[in-house]
Amino acid sequence: MSLKMNPLYRLQYEKAQNGHVLLFPEGMVKLSESAAEILLQVDGERTETDIKSALRDKFPDAPEDMEQDIDEFLSHAKEKNWVLDE
Amino acid sequence: MSSESAQIGTPFWLLAELTYQCPLHCPYCSNPVNMDAENAEIDTQQWLKVLSDAREMGAVQLGFSGGEPLMRKDLETLVKHASELGFYTNLITSGIGLTEKRIKALKEAGLDHVQLSFQAANAEENDLIGNKRHSFEQKQKVARLIKKYDYPMVLNFCITAQNIAQMPDVMDLSCELQADFVELATVQYYGWAYENREHLLPTKQQLTTAETYVNQFRDGQEGQGPKFIFVTPDYYEVRPKACMNGWGTTFLTVTPDGTCLPCHSAKILPLTFPNVKEQSVQDIWHNDFSFNHFRGDDWMPSPCKDCDEKHIDFGGCRCQAFMLTGDMYKTDPVCSKSPDHHLIQSAIANAGESTDKPLRYRVLKKDKIPVKTV
Repeated sequence: MSLKMNPLYRLQYEKAQNGHVLLFPEGMVKLSESAAEILLQVDGERTETDIKSALRDKFPDAPEDMEQDIDEFLSHAKEKNWVLDE
Repeated sequence: MSSESAQIGTPFWLLAELTYQCPLHCPYCSNPVNMDAENAEIDTQQWLKVLSDAREMGAVQLGFSGGEPLMRKDLETLVKHASELGFYTNLITSGIGLTEKRIKALKEAGLDHVQLSFQAANAEENDLIGNKRHSFEQKQKVARLIKKYDYPMVLNFCITAQNIAQMPDVMDLSCELQADFVELATVQYYGWAYENREHLLPTKQQLTTAETYVNQFRDGQEGQGPKFIFVTPDYYEVRPKACMNGWGTTFLTVTPDGTCLPCHSAKILPLTFPNVKEQSVQDIWHNDFSFNHFRGDDWMPSPCKDCDEKHIDFGGCRCQAFMLTGDMYKTDPVCSKSPDHHLIQSAIANAGESTDKPLRYRVLKKDKIPVKTV
């Protein structure tokens, strides 16, 4: 199943925050660098497997448990409703 | 942390109060009671510069508010500029005057979100509280337009003794209108609401009943439907709120005449506040006397200065301290440690009692409306 961003949330780079943030009505969540890298891959077409392999291509030297971290973050992001199953 | 060394953060939140004009006359309005003394509104060019300057400093959330921001004909121009700058733009509106033509134009300009206020969940009470006929009907139409144009929709119900018994209807209406978020905001007592406190403050029993209902309803939602946010009024807390996340740390309000405030009600304080007509937003935020005045904790009185919670609530709200005690340097009387806490307790004790004081609707001198008495 492909993943898409919930249109309620907007992912954006903020210079003043020195990183990416999620913006929503009257609120903001500051994202860690790795969280931002994952959400940047969510485009409405890629599945979780696609996202993991894209990030492995991008960061070939990342630790072995990177895929597990991605799973954990994506399930958190779904719980928070930032990311939806297409 | 001394005032000198207090970290001056970024004004992440910019509240642009474009005008004090409003088609509604809600008696709980947080605008200043002496609005008639206001100077002329700043013009489009001045607002565009405020937006650019604040964004340059790192502001990212932008609320267009008022009064009713739709009363400004240049709203679409301001939204477009803000959107191009990368702001997340919030329109905080009564909905009156939000035609399909305008909501479409605002979408094209890049508006991100609409927060629509309701005064009650039925026409009779809604129109009476706002003192505007047919406003309930218009608000329902606007809610449908907001969804039609695919905006995130936040509904804001200001909860007072006048409508707190309607919580079930309020929540049903929110579901029917397909709100994304719903603020059930028990009114805080600033501006007109402070003037009308005897009429508006719910009793502890009313508050508990309402909150219990909200919690039960939420439990039955199973993740579906609107997300309901219940805001308890300060008066029923024992610790003050971390007002504005600390004075001059996060929030910047610009009022219709260009005055800059660290919070939207601060104009009542005996301080001289700076104006964007005379200084840049950056200069104001970093250097102005009023913005630096309550930064850090050097200003704090007892019991705040020795309190281990002082960096949690920052001594509470300066406006509330001033309104209730006449001294803006005092501990917020909401705090049970405050020597003035009895002022809050006596207000609560009188909640629900009848009063001879007439209810005052929010009016500007130029408003020629036949104000009803309730």
